[in-house]
Amino acid sequence: MTVTEAFPALKLKAQDLACSRGGRFVFSGLSFELASGALMAVTGPNGAGKSSLLRLLAGLLRPTAGDIACEGGREDEPVAHYLGHLDALKPAMTLAETLRFWGAIYQQGRVLTDSDLNEAAESVGLGHAIDLPVGVLSAGQRRRAALARLILSPRPLWLLDEPFAALDSQGESLLRRLMGDHIGRQGLIVAATHQALPIPPDTTLTLNTT
Amino acid sequence: MSGFLAIIRQTVRLELRAGGGAAVALIFFLAVVTAVPFGVGPDLKLLARIGPAILWVAALLAALLGLDRLFGADREDGSLDLIIVSGEPLALYALGRAVGHWLATGLPIVVAAPVLGLLLNLDPPAMGAVALTLLAGSPALTLIGTVGAALTAGLPRGGLLIAILVLPLTVPVLIFGVSATTGALSDPEPFLAPFLFLCACSLAALALAPFVAAAALRLALE
Repeated sequence: MTVTEAFPALKLKAQDLACSRGGRFVFSGLSFELASGALMAVTGPNGAGKSSLLRLLAGLLRPTAGDIACEGGREDEPVAHYLGHLDALKPAMTLAETLRFWGAIYQQGRVLTDSDLNEAAESVGLGHAIDLPVGVLSAGQRRRAALARLILSPRPLWLLDEPFAALDSQGESLLRRLMGDHIGRQGLIVAATHQALPIPPDTTLTLNTT
Repeated sequence: MSGFLAIIRQTVRLELRAGGGAAVALIFFLAVVTAVPFGVGPDLKLLARIGPAILWVAALLAALLGLDRLFGADREDGSLDLIIVSGEPLALYALGRAVGHWLATGLPIVVAAPVLGLLLNLDPPAMGAVALTLLAGSPALTLIGTVGAALTAGLPRGGLLIAILVLPLTVPVLIFGVSATTGALSDPEPFLAPFLFLCACSLAALALAPFVAAAALRLALE
């Protein structure tokens, strides 16, 4: 692991994006451009469409109008990591099994060794819990386990939805460091948050309730 | 491919561990089969005649158990989102879940069926015939059930709805399964034709069900 070389240059472009949920427009006419090594904060009140925007970018929702393009990446290679409100952890699986599973899903072909898993768990401060079932972890620890996925399989674009929720102060500084490293490696981050990000964002996109 | 295998492995593990559905399906199968002789009464000849049909109906019902968690759990805990973001083909994910579910619930039923045949006064050839036809037909039951599970993934308490959606579609499998078993045991009845139809049901379901399930999962996501 510890792949620290920079990601290839990537440009995320959104053109005239509109999203409707339940027959109501959440936002429309949204355009932005984000280049490698940039952090974009998405702010706005509850219901302004922060999560919907991230889900659009992740390909989990289809835009009602407009389009999203990712320039520079290889066509057949998915580029994004999505960290939503849900941690996607199975209580009955141990942390090691969970990481091994997602590692296999996310990096098709490359086999992960035990030390890869240990390293990823260690880097989010869960090295001691690697053999515990995920069900016994606390909310903050579960959040850290979700973060370990981002480290385990490097991908250039991180879509983070309220990434600081449930994290303690150590967890916050951990995530700050991870985000800093990612930006340093020419990665892109789009983070939806309603509190100030610990790293000053390059651009801020403010959504308003329509 | 490694992703596909990982999905199968995870499904089997989740089904076998606490809160999984493997034991429930097997116990349900056992309960249905043991209840029938009490209802039918002490007519051993009658039991032996309807035995294969009982085993098949019980296997069909047991195959429907646990399907509601197959995709419902992934949708609720956010795993489905991540699978889609990862770029793993959704049809392959659905197939992996189906294969894992069959290994954990379908295969044990195939193995248990001949043993439970003892309770129904089946003779050894009949036990073998039931196990063989279940082996050929139960993948179809699971795969058709997968489509129902995908369609109801977004619904709370979709379990009963799955049964209503899936049961009519599994009737051909049941008919060919039971007639192939009868064909294997009594001479004038044909065996090969219904057995080949049974295999065809499984193969057709294998070819189609993952794609239909993937489309249904995409719909459930919106």
